[in-house]
Amino acid sequence: MAGMARSPRIIAGIVAVALAAGAAAAFAIVWQPAIAAIEPPPPASFDPAVVKRGRELAALGNCSSCHTVRGGQDFAGGVPVPTPFGVVFSSNITPDPETGIGRWSEEAFGRAMSSGVNREGQHLYPTFPYDHFTNVTDEDDRALYAFLMTRPPVDAVARPNELVFPLDQRPIIAGWKLLFLRRETFQPDPAKSAEWNRGAYLVDGLAHCGACHTPRNALGAERVSAQFAGGEADNWHAYALNDRAHAPVPWNTESLYAYLRNGWHPDHGTARGPMAEVVSNLSTVPDTDVRAIAIYMTDVSGAAKPERDRSAVLAQAESAPAQGDPTGAAIYVAACASCHESGRPLPYGGVNLALSTAVTSPDPRNLANLILAGVPAVAGERSPIMPGFADSMTDAQVTSLLNYLRTRFSKEQPWTDVEKTVADARRTQTALLQTSIGPRNVPADPSQRDQP
Amino acid sequence: MMTLKVNGQENHIDADPDTPLLYVLRDDLKLNAAKFGCGLGQCGSCTVIVDGKAVLSCVTPLVLLEGKQVTTLEGLGTVSAPAPIQRAFMEEQAAQCGYCIAGMMMRAQALLLRNPKPTDAQIRAELQPNLCRCGTHMRILRAVHRAARLMDTADASANERSGQ
Repeated sequence: MAGMARSPRIIAGIVAVALAAGAAAAFAIVWQPAIAAIEPPPPASFDPAVVKRGRELAALGNCSSCHTVRGGQDFAGGVPVPTPFGVVFSSNITPDPETGIGRWSEEAFGRAMSSGVNREGQHLYPTFPYDHFTNVTDEDDRALYAFLMTRPPVDAVARPNELVFPLDQRPIIAGWKLLFLRRETFQPDPAKSAEWNRGAYLVDGLAHCGACHTPRNALGAERVSAQFAGGEADNWHAYALNDRAHAPVPWNTESLYAYLRNGWHPDHGTARGPMAEVVSNLSTVPDTDVRAIAIYMTDVSGAAKPERDRSAVLAQAESAPAQGDPTGAAIYVAACASCHESGRPLPYGGVNLALSTAVTSPDPRNLANLILAGVPAVAGERSPIMPGFADSMTDAQVTSLLNYLRTRFSKEQPWTDVEKTVADARRTQTALLQTSIGPRNVPADPSQRDQP
Repeated sequence: MMTLKVNGQENHIDADPDTPLLYVLRDDLKLNAAKFGCGLGQCGSCTVIVDGKAVLSCVTPLVLLEGKQVTTLEGLGTVSAPAPIQRAFMEEQAAQCGYCIAGMMMRAQALLLRNPKPTDAQIRAELQPNLCRCGTHMRILRAVHRAARLMDTADASANERSGQ
């Protein structure tokens, strides 16, 4: 009897110890200490050379895309980032002491970058891509800190996130990190060139290309097994960049470099939507960094197949009989062909649509967005432009056009659910056009180059 | 053969469905306010209103216009009875060579239909697709504001007359 009585007690004891240990472990993971607030450091206390380097790094990291509302003040936050779990609003990263990061020490900033924890010790949502920023060196974090702490402070209170319960509880993020946050930092591959390694460091780290171009799992983490297989960005499809990329003419280092530098390439087309902002930001960074990104990414996407060069793709498109949706064909002939078959190369003519990844992509959203919103001119730049057709085409007409373009210019299966795609695109593009004054692809301000 | 509704009148048009609206307006219907500028939808001089929205008629084929209402500058007012937008452009002397002005007025009219009191920034953003090489932009801005005021008082006096 005594033995019988003892064993439940032992089990209870073991359970209690296990629970306590679990709780302690969970506490250790969840609880992060606050880092003491500081008086905002005066801008003059930072080395201008470090600040200048920080400016280039912030452009490489595309920080302004999420942290600056269009037409609003730089880095003041408030941009809604839609996720499957609700809307996360970006934070104010100006050095305002009350609403920004003015009271953050360099240590607190570095911890946020590498671990996704704010100065007060709260976990940050992984919409802030610290799963990439773990790769950023301490030296680069210091330069970014110097750049941000020398910006004009803006008094702007962050909007509360609109997330579903229980995801609005920040301690839950600790569990997400346990599952998905790899804390090892970037290690160079000695078998590869210095440029390749520089590209890998930027792409997988600060530039966080995979945040959009890699698909995410049900819990919103990038799928490691499908790196660069194509993902989501703000109602646009971020194309696959791996060996399954859909570009009719495969990318090479030269074409990718030119595309990232100029925002367009005659064999591929024009950067639109969120990618236009990326290119705009990249226009302020050194050529060597853009080239390094191009070198690394073309290695990721694999060697070009010789049978798919530009002339082969165009010749094949010429020989294919015109067919498909007759309404779409008439729209194409009258509204599109005068530019897209003009024979004028980009940026003065439209890209031949047989070369367009928007047509061969499995997702028709980008083409729908483009047809509706067009490509606005970039002030002061030699850039492609296209009128938007939102006001002259009904959803049914855009649908006919999309179906025609898919049949005429690609050998892929027809898209499904095109009508719904068009209706969604009209909603999001209309919202975009009405909330923004001025074009989405703000040109880089050349007067700011080389400035601290 | 298709039926095209322009300025409230139905017209039977014998043209291919891919014919740009601009060609039909100018060549078949002799409505010459809309101008051919670039033919590529990049200058705005061909702007007309279709179902209340500003549309570039040089890149709008007939096939898109089945069942829609087209309004050209001729449909807004006449020389003896100009519409508020036309009066405003005349009173501000907003034209120099005038080639872009019909398109400017049509896009401004579409804006005022949607937003009767636009700000400077809204007018600038709206008229961005329309180019003027003479540099009358400041007068055009003033003319659109003036048209907004004229439309406002026109509405008010119309309401007074109808006893509202």
